[in-house]
Amino acid sequence: MLMIYNRPGFLEELTEQERTELFGEVEAIMTELSESGELVGGAALADPSLTKTVVGRDGRPAVTDGPFLEAKEHFAGYVSVDCETEERAVEIASRWPDVKYGGYVEVRAVMQDSGTEM
Amino acid sequence: MRTPPAVEDLLRALAPQVLGTLVRRHGAFDACEDAVQEALLAAAVQWPGEGVPENPRGWLLTVATRRLTDQWRSERARRDREAAVAAEEPAEPGPEEDRPGDRDDTLTLLFLCCHPALSPSSQVALTLRAVGGLTTAQIARAFLVPEATMAQRVSRAKQKIKAAGARFGSPPPDERDERLRAVLHVLYLIFNEGYTASSGPDLQRADLTAEAIRLARALHRPLPGDGEVTGLLALMLLTDARRAARAADGGLLVPLTEQDRTLWDAEEIQEGTELITDALTWSPPGPYQVQAAIAAVHAEAARPQDTDWPQILALYRVLAHLAPNPMVTLNEAVALAMVDGPSAGLDLLRTLDGDTRMEGHHRLAAVRAHLLETAGDAPAAREAYRDAARGTTSLPERRYLESRAARLADGDPGGKV
Repeated sequence: MLMIYNRPGFLEELTEQERTELFGEVEAIMTELSESGELVGGAALADPSLTKTVVGRDGRPAVTDGPFLEAKEHFAGYVSVDCETEERAVEIASRWPDVKYGGYVEVRAVMQDSGTEM
Repeated sequence: MRTPPAVEDLLRALAPQVLGTLVRRHGAFDACEDAVQEALLAAAVQWPGEGVPENPRGWLLTVATRRLTDQWRSERARRDREAAVAAEEPAEPGPEEDRPGDRDDTLTLLFLCCHPALSPSSQVALTLRAVGGLTTAQIARAFLVPEATMAQRVSRAKQKIKAAGARFGSPPPDERDERLRAVLHVLYLIFNEGYTASSGPDLQRADLTAEAIRLARALHRPLPGDGEVTGLLALMLLTDARRAARAADGGLLVPLTEQDRTLWDAEEIQEGTELITDALTWSPPGPYQVQAAIAAVHAEAARPQDTDWPQILALYRVLAHLAPNPMVTLNEAVALAMVDGPSAGLDLLRTLDGDTRMEGHHRLAAVRAHLLETAGDAPAAREAYRDAARGTTSLPERRYLESRAARLADGDPGGKV
């Protein structure tokens, strides 16, 4: 599994051309992996500001805005769900047993390939 | 294997007819629906190679009935009696069944699939399967979820309908209007799911717009005198007409005012415009009709600068009165800015600040950015575009918003955040 970490706001610092190149390179890698059959799955995640974090406080789940930004925890795995609302996703995250033992579950929207024409 | 379009169209048209006949004979919507799915799959495999049988509907009925009896036989103890009854039934439709009642069956099925006990996503899944004749795999692909997830959704939806005791037949008169509204909403959801998919790997989802239009036509046929059914069909046609123009190479979204209008589908525009122009003469206006009317006004302008903005503003005000919601206010602000200038639009947007329904919604920031840009406030516009880019979960939208922000930053290299 490849986990991609980047600096907040780095995309905004790039020029239009650099951004276009970046997306082009990503597309090339994804095409290559699809064709070689190595691609299992993956998704870009939405901005961290769209994140909720569920954390155990006194053995009970508490929901906070934003991601958990300390580095002492490691990314231990992920579950992808397709829910009607964000509340439902947070509810599932709140039931995750790791939370009781000091673990964190970050709830983040996955980017889509669709959009309205504005 | 790919089913040829002609066979696929035929199967989709026959699916609700065969299911309707089967459920009328045997009841048990869930078991009948499974049996019809299997019959459709068998046909999709055999017909392209062996040719379409002379009586395709009878063929599907025979195969589905056989599957149904097999299924019932395997549940022997409980199902003996039903299996005996089913086996005695002639597979060919009797003369009394081969009547225009098929149209009513489609309507009845739509009402059943949009049962209030189901969540919207289950209503959508069941409608596409039972009325649209799509396989679970096709629906799953269109909604970008694993097939097992979609199968579970369909099966739970059928259990819920069973548990709710829903019968095959028209809903009671006092529930009919509400149920029809749910059906229209589900068809609109299906349409939007297909329409918002921009390009590239999502061609499957563009098929959803075609399916939504087909189902809206199927609903319009028995209900030509319902203004909102007509309005929804017109709205879909007028919106779909813009599809070829709304995304550039690489899936980048093209806003309405920058689209190449020669790419708009003239036939769809004509049909949609005629439908809505006619409907508004005899029906009290409803939200779908007003939205269709707005789309028709956009469509009649050969160039963006020819757009009749005062008329669009008036229509948004009607819509805000009929179905007030913050998204309508956003669009009204755009129209107001075109008529009275950007600061009037920005004033109207301010009424949405603190509206919890809009909290963190990127569309508010995107519209504000657009109006600030028109007003000439580049730094504020850039910030608002970036806010909007951070708030969207759509990749093409994020790229569009980032490029708008970047365009404004070009003249101001020190302005990077």
